[in-house]
This record gives sequence, structure tokens and C-alpha cells, in this order.
Amino acid sequence: MLAQLIVSGLAAGSLYGIMALGLILIYKTTHILNFGQGDMAMFSTFIALLLFRTYGVPLSAALGGALVTGILLGVVVDRGLLRWAKNAPVTSLFIATLGIGMILQAIALWMGLIDARPFPYALRGPPLFIGDVVLRQHDLLVFGVALAVSLVFFLVFKFTKVGIAMRATSQNRRAAQLMGINVGRIGTWSWALGLGTGAIAGCLVAPIVFLDLTSMVFVMIKAIAAAVLGGFTSLPGAVVGGLLLGVIENLFSGYMPPAIAPLKTTFVFTLIILVLVFRPHGLLGERSVGGH
Amino acid sequence: MKRLIFWAVVIVLLAMAPFVLRSYNLYLLNLAAVKIIAAIGLALLTGYTGQLSIGHAGFLAIGAYGTALLAQHFGLPFWVGIPVAGLISGLAGFILLIPALRLTAIYLAIATLAFGTAVAEALPRWAAVTGGYQGMRVPRASFFGVNVQNDVAMYYLALAMTVLLLLVARNIVRSRVGRAFVAIRDKSMAAQACGVSLAKYKALAFFVSALYAGLAGGLYAHVVGYISPAEFGLAKSIDLFIMIALGGMASLPGPVLGALFLTYLPHWLSGFRGLQSIIYGASLIGVVVFMPFGIWGFVRKWTAPDKVQSLPKPLRAAVAFVRGGGGA
Repeated sequence: MLAQLIVSGLAAGSLYGIMALGLILIYKTTHILNFGQGDMAMFSTFIALLLFRTYGVPLSAALGGALVTGILLGVVVDRGLLRWAKNAPVTSLFIATLGIGMILQAIALWMGLIDARPFPYALRGPPLFIGDVVLRQHDLLVFGVALAVSLVFFLVFKFTKVGIAMRATSQNRRAAQLMGINVGRIGTWSWALGLGTGAIAGCLVAPIVFLDLTSMVFVMIKAIAAAVLGGFTSLPGAVVGGLLLGVIENLFSGYMPPAIAPLKTTFVFTLIILVLVFRPHGLLGERSVGGH
Repeated sequence: MKRLIFWAVVIVLLAMAPFVLRSYNLYLLNLAAVKIIAAIGLALLTGYTGQLSIGHAGFLAIGAYGTALLAQHFGLPFWVGIPVAGLISGLAGFILLIPALRLTAIYLAIATLAFGTAVAEALPRWAAVTGGYQGMRVPRASFFGVNVQNDVAMYYLALAMTVLLLLVARNIVRSRVGRAFVAIRDKSMAAQACGVSLAKYKALAFFVSALYAGLAGGLYAHVVGYISPAEFGLAKSIDLFIMIALGGMASLPGPVLGALFLTYLPHWLSGFRGLQSIIYGASLIGVVVFMPFGIWGFVRKWTAPDKVQSLPKPLRAAVAFVRGGGGA
């Protein structure tokens, strides 16, 4: 029982973690909390569903389509919209991301996403049994993707020029600019990568919760909470926070009596506040110097 | 003096509205008043004191359910019930003080989100008291035996509350307390060095803000006559945040404009089926792009002394009149 709850919790937590990685990437370089991340992920995932169901594209290609949509969406959002609002304070930009989310919801509705639609599992097959723990193949895929995404993020930030430039921009925008980094382009890169990551998370969540206009928003809220738990500026923190959140949530709803179990979100949030009261910058976050 | 006359005329005009407007329009204005009061409360906390909150619907819920329950179980009339429920909500604001003393920015936002979620999740499960998902009817408001549960009476209540709370907010903002709020927002360490007690003034900010939200919730309960948990979810908290950000959050006209905008825009858009949320979303983006400091910031920018010269003459006269010699 305990092992099973932990394993399923880790699977859910990996999803929160992937979603949170995209959010934090955007936040680190642009200081915008992208509250449209859920809707943007929903949109990319819906494109995959359309490609697969309506146009008969093979599933793997359709999932690739979602990733491409996410990346393009990131470029469009940054170049097409946020560039025009450079002088706005970040609280206003936060509202703009909400507006973008609303528009994407409307477009998805217009394209036929009216009620909850089932989304195909990429890996379906008999579950694995390890001792008395049941492991669905989809969970394995989620673990694998979470690991791969984390690895890619690590490699990009450690070794590529773009990644190093992103780190520089997030540490000190002005200084990065003076060193010849094109911070505008770095912003576009972050949005593209962030929304691409969101699309990946969306395609992994959709088979579990079904796809409708708002199903991703709840995942995004959890992802934000996970990111805050990990320390909002730390990428490893996002993964750790996501995993912790998933496991705690699952343990709570597994062991509590049915009357209290549905209050798991409240419980998890309260726990996060307690953690934050003792560690105001999350588990792995850096203490900020001035500013944010 | 001119200003005083101007505002007196505005209030008299507003007070005469029930003679010209249909009942439905009055109802819309009542809803706008609810939003204005809540938005001013949030602006005091977020705009002036710099404490982010995306859980304010929780306080609205406490005010609304408090008013309804006080009327149902203790038979309190609305003019006692609303203030008492508001006060309860204000005291509940102190719950957020514990995280607020330790946390800033996004971390505090998550703490307030947690509060909002907790209220939204608890309401439907405490069905014995709150009526669960189906919600509850609010007992009819009566004033010394006279039934005042109609849009006209509620309009006067809403108008009186809005004017009174606006005046209170204006006085808070212009007093020592308001200066302390702004000091905390701009640089908390410097504020402390100047002798501003962070704990005291943050507590005050949360109390006042939650009080406003609670009063707005109480008014809402009587205006609509029926409340259910679905109306006090995260979406409502976000709406409130949108209002103050769109209007211009570190001002008092800002939240008023934002609240009016968010009341009337969906109403006007209801004719465009299907396009509704596209236009809504696009107008949010449009305001952010063209008015980065909100609607009020935009107005202020174009009525600044050096810009006002380039305006057409009638507008210039209007600006000069409203300004009336004193500072804006």
C-alpha cells in the first residue's frame, strides 16, 4: 500500500515537475509568471489530438506536432505580444498572459474542443508488477520523460551558449546586456523552451485526466505550488517540489478517512505555507538580493 | 470648493439613477459596487502595501456566508449583519499575517492562494451549515419591518457603502498609515529604519483589505439573494486582481475603473456569441500594451500639465475643472 501510493505519487509529481520547469524557465529570464501556461499547454495538446484523430497522423508525429506548436506559440507570444509591452510592470504582463490564455481557450473551443475528450496513451500495454506495486507503462514513460527533460535542461544550462546566456540574464539582466547578450532573443528562447516543455507535460497529463478547456489549469496551479515549494528560481527545486507534492498528496488521500481525503489540495497548500514560513525561499531557492 | 461641488453633483446624479434606469441596470450597478468595494480593498493591500494576494475570494465568501448565516440563525438585520460579517472577515485577514511577515512576492501569493483554496474547498463540504454545492438562500433584507429586498433599496445601500468606503480608503491613503503602507511596498527595510513597524502595518493592511472584501461579500449576498461556493473560487480572486491591475493598482480611481470595466465588458460582449472570450482576452492584452500602468495611469499621463496643452479645448476645460486648483 505505502509503496504503491509513493510510486503513483512520484508519477503525478513528475508531471507537476515537468510543468513547473517550463514555468520557472520563463520566470527566471523574464520575471513574468505565465498564468496562461495551462491554457497554452492545453492548446498544444489539443493540436496533437486533432492531428491524430481528425487527420490520421501517427501518434508519435502528432506528439511531435504538439511540441512544435508549443515552441512556435512561445515565439509568437514573445515576439508578437510581449515585445510590444516592454515598459509594462510585470504584474500587468501577468494579466496579459491570462488574456492570451483566454484567447487560446476560445480558439480551441471554436476548433471543436467542446467537452472532455479522451487522449491516447503513447505506451499502452500490460502493467508491470514489482513486488506488490503495480506500475502502468504510462508511469514508466512519465518517469522517463521527466528524467530526459531534466537532463536536457541540465545540459543546455551547463554547456550550451544559449543556456549560459539564459543564466546570465536571470542573474543580472543589465550586466548580461552589457556583455553583449541579446536579452530579447534570450527571452524568446525561454518562452519557446518553456511552452515546449508545457506541451510535453500536457501530452503526458491528457491521457490521465482527459482533455478539456480547463483540465490543464489545475495541473498548472499544482505546478506553481510545486515550484514555490522547491524555491521559485531553482530548476532542480521544481522537480524536487513536484515529486514531494505528488507523493504527499497521494499519501494524504490514501490514508485519510473518506470525509477528509478530498481536502488534499488544502492540506498540501497548508503544508507548503508551513515549509515556507521556515524556509521563505523554498527548499532549494536562492536568497534573493533585492528585487524579487 | 469647486471639487466639492463637482462630487456633490456626481453623487446627486447617482442617487437619481433609480428614477431613470430599469431594474436590471440597477442590478448591474449593484454588482459593480460589490466589485468596486472588493477591488479597493485589494488595491490597499496589493497596490499600496505591495502584498500580493490571489486568494481574496475567500474573504468575499466569509463576508457573504457570514451575512447570510447571521441573518438566518440570529435574525440580524442586514445593517448589522453586513458590518459584523465584514469584521469577521477582517479578523480572518490576520490568518494571512503569519505567512505575510515571512514571505514576499510569489511566495506570499501562493500562501494567499492556499487560503482561497481552503475556503473554496471547505464551503461545499461543510454542507450542514452552508448548504453544500447547492448554496443557500439569503433571508430577505428588511429595515424595521419594511421589506427592502429590491433592486432600488439595494442600490441605495450599495451607493452609500461605496461612497463611505471610498472616503475611508482616501483618508487611509493620505494619512500616516497610507504613507507607511507605501513605504513598506517601496522598500521594507528602509521603512523599518524610519520607524515603521512592519508587523503592525502589515497586520493593518490585511485587516482593512479583508474587511473591505468581507463587506463587499455581505453586500453581494443581499444584492443577489442567493450564494453558492462556485462563485468564490480562484477565478473570482483572479478577476479581482485583473481589476486592480487593469485600472491601475496604486490609486483609488484605478480599482473603481477596473471594477466597472470588468462588470460591463462581459455584459456588452454577451451579444457576440463565440467571440466573447477572444474579445475579452484581446482587450486585456490591449490594455496592458497600450496602458502599461493601467487605465488610470493612462488618464494621468494624458492629463499631466505638459500633455494637457495638446488636448482639444473642451477636454482641456474638463480636466482643468475636475482638477479644480488642488492636486489630483
